[in-house]
Amino acid sequence: MKRNYLVALTCAFALAFLGCPPKTESTGTSTADAGGGEILVGEYGSLTGSEATFGQSTHNAIMLAVDEINAGGGVNNRKIRVLTEDDQSKAEEAANAVTKLISQNNVVAVLGEVASSNSLAAAPICQSNKVPMISPSSTNPSVTQKGDYIFRMCFLDDYQGQSMARYLYNTVGTRKVAVLIDNKSDYSTGLAKFFSDAFAGLGGKIVATQSYAKGDSDFRSQLTAIKTANPDLIYVPGYYNDIGQIAIQTRDLGMNMPLAGGDGWESPKLIEIGGKALEGCFYSNHYFPGDPNPTVRDFVEKYRQRYSATPDALAALAYDTARVLADAMKRAGKTDGPALREAIGATKGFNGVTGTINLGPDRNPEGKTLVIVEVKGGALTLKAKVEPAGAAPATGTTGTTTTGTTTTH
Amino acid sequence: MQELLQNLLNGIAAGSIYALIALGYTMVYGILKLINFAHGDVFMIGSFVGFYAGRYLAKANAGGASPANAALVMLLSMIVCGALGYLNERVAYRPLRNAPRIASLITAIGLSFLLEYGGQFVFGPDPKFFPTLIEKHVINIGGVVTTNYQLIVLGVAIAFMALLQYIVYGTKYGRAMRAVSFNFETASLMGIPTDRIISTTFIIGSTLAAVAGILFGLSYPKIDPLMGVMPGLKAFVSAVLGGIGNVPGAVVGGLLIGIIEAFVGGSRFSNYRDAIAFVILIVILLFRPSGLFGKYQPEKV
Repeated sequence: MKRNYLVALTCAFALAFLGCPPKTESTGTSTADAGGGEILVGEYGSLTGSEATFGQSTHNAIMLAVDEINAGGGVNNRKIRVLTEDDQSKAEEAANAVTKLISQNNVVAVLGEVASSNSLAAAPICQSNKVPMISPSSTNPSVTQKGDYIFRMCFLDDYQGQSMARYLYNTVGTRKVAVLIDNKSDYSTGLAKFFSDAFAGLGGKIVATQSYAKGDSDFRSQLTAIKTANPDLIYVPGYYNDIGQIAIQTRDLGMNMPLAGGDGWESPKLIEIGGKALEGCFYSNHYFPGDPNPTVRDFVEKYRQRYSATPDALAALAYDTARVLADAMKRAGKTDGPALREAIGATKGFNGVTGTINLGPDRNPEGKTLVIVEVKGGALTLKAKVEPAGAAPATGTTGTTTTGTTTTH
Repeated sequence: MQELLQNLLNGIAAGSIYALIALGYTMVYGILKLINFAHGDVFMIGSFVGFYAGRYLAKANAGGASPANAALVMLLSMIVCGALGYLNERVAYRPLRNAPRIASLITAIGLSFLLEYGGQFVFGPDPKFFPTLIEKHVINIGGVVTTNYQLIVLGVAIAFMALLQYIVYGTKYGRAMRAVSFNFETASLMGIPTDRIISTTFIIGSTLAAVAGILFGLSYPKIDPLMGVMPGLKAFVSAVLGGIGNVPGAVVGGLLIGIIEAFVGGSRFSNYRDAIAFVILIVILLFRPSGLFGKYQPEKV
């Protein structure tokens, strides 16, 4: 009882001095020398709410990266401290969180968010305060168009669709593709369009285009129409919870061609629902945890050790985001907005977990590597890596040896 | 031709599930003139009971996928949903028996939300994978492909519809139900225990929803607490299409909606598949409000 009283008293004093309750969760390293030499970086994310799993893995990876940087002596002899705000997966909360981080905590840079709608709400605030913001994984093109202080680490859907088209046409040798679109999602319609245009441009044929609505359970009639068109492959750029059902019903109709998709497929639930029907199907993603590349292996090991879970693509992107920021701070030598912005924008050839990162003039990464992940033997395996168009032709760099299998649960 | 037959088959399989749900709507409407909007959610509960029971059975005896287990799961789900239907009527609708009809209707919507969001709270909002109760086989008849699941769905649905037809037209209970439906007060004056008949109607309707829930889980093995919303609405449209309050009408309406959806889904207009049921609803309400089989009853002033 007495202790509670003391705590309350201390809080009251703290309140009196600071003028506001210190609600921000401050994690990171040595909080002993608060303020002083530390560099304050803000993070906002969906730690609770509908996209909580995205926010959690993003947060975990950022903390992993920052602790590593601090253990290695920090940036220019100053440690980084991350202040994390929960936006509850809501755009309006994201705006509040970022306003608080900038105006009350005076952070020098902001990291977040996963969902584009939340990033879009926060970006104008960062822009008008001249605080650089890096979104690890928002794919909507307009996020970085909010201003020259807004960056991102992931590739965009146009790049993803085009790369998949090139991979299918050049490497797999696919010529006839049917496209099945989730017409309730901008992500799916966008990705389908970029893919179809690129595939047709290469000389391939889109033999059928059908659509469904997210959450449907019966896809048989669309699939029957696709069956009549007799494609080599069905491209389904949807989300994992529909993909399993679509695969099952495709097989039920006696169709054996593979299905292919984009990063929306990524989830431990994918194989749980789709099971055997997904065998031989594949999708494009930002990174693969079983990749033999040493940078990836190192990251996966460290993440597993600390959180006893396999990092997903969001974690990998967040890890790169924090490290790119630290790298830029080192190069800039100072942390004021314009200098930091300049340094982040100049990031070239950064060896990230999700491939080599070169930020282009539009503040998006250019020419990232796309990994193709295949369902094989009931587990996910690395099928190939697709390099950007200018570079070497898309090849299965790791051969067909299915080196890494991820634990899928 | 092959595509035509395939779509027809797909439509009948999907339609027979709509028909089973539509029967519950139409029976309750026939007796109480109440649209029981919570009916689609009883269907959802039926699926979830199947999910937990099926998973438990699979754990209890290795293998798990056998017709006997499937029947057991279905029976359990029917019992739980029957009890739920009784409870719904007893707690939510009976106290409002003499209240204006709009009060029961609003209660029905409230009850529906309670089950949906209560379901999200209890089962969790993420989709679940319905256990495989029976091994699946693909059957190919001259290019038209079906699975034993679709045939089971069709067979079980027809069996239960026949059973219902017998109950309504061949038993004393059925005669009482028709009497209550024809005139509530008169039936009660004739010594028919109306409350008991109404409860029975709810139980039968909910039991059929449970059957639909299991069949749905079997053919589309991804279930979640909001899964009852769309099939519930489509089944409601089916009931209106067939003539609400009319038992054979609900069956025909359900099959028709299923087939029409299959053909729209397989055409260039697959975008509009979900819309088509509601277009039909509007057209029916405009031109033939009593439905295909309903009798037009002018209201006496």
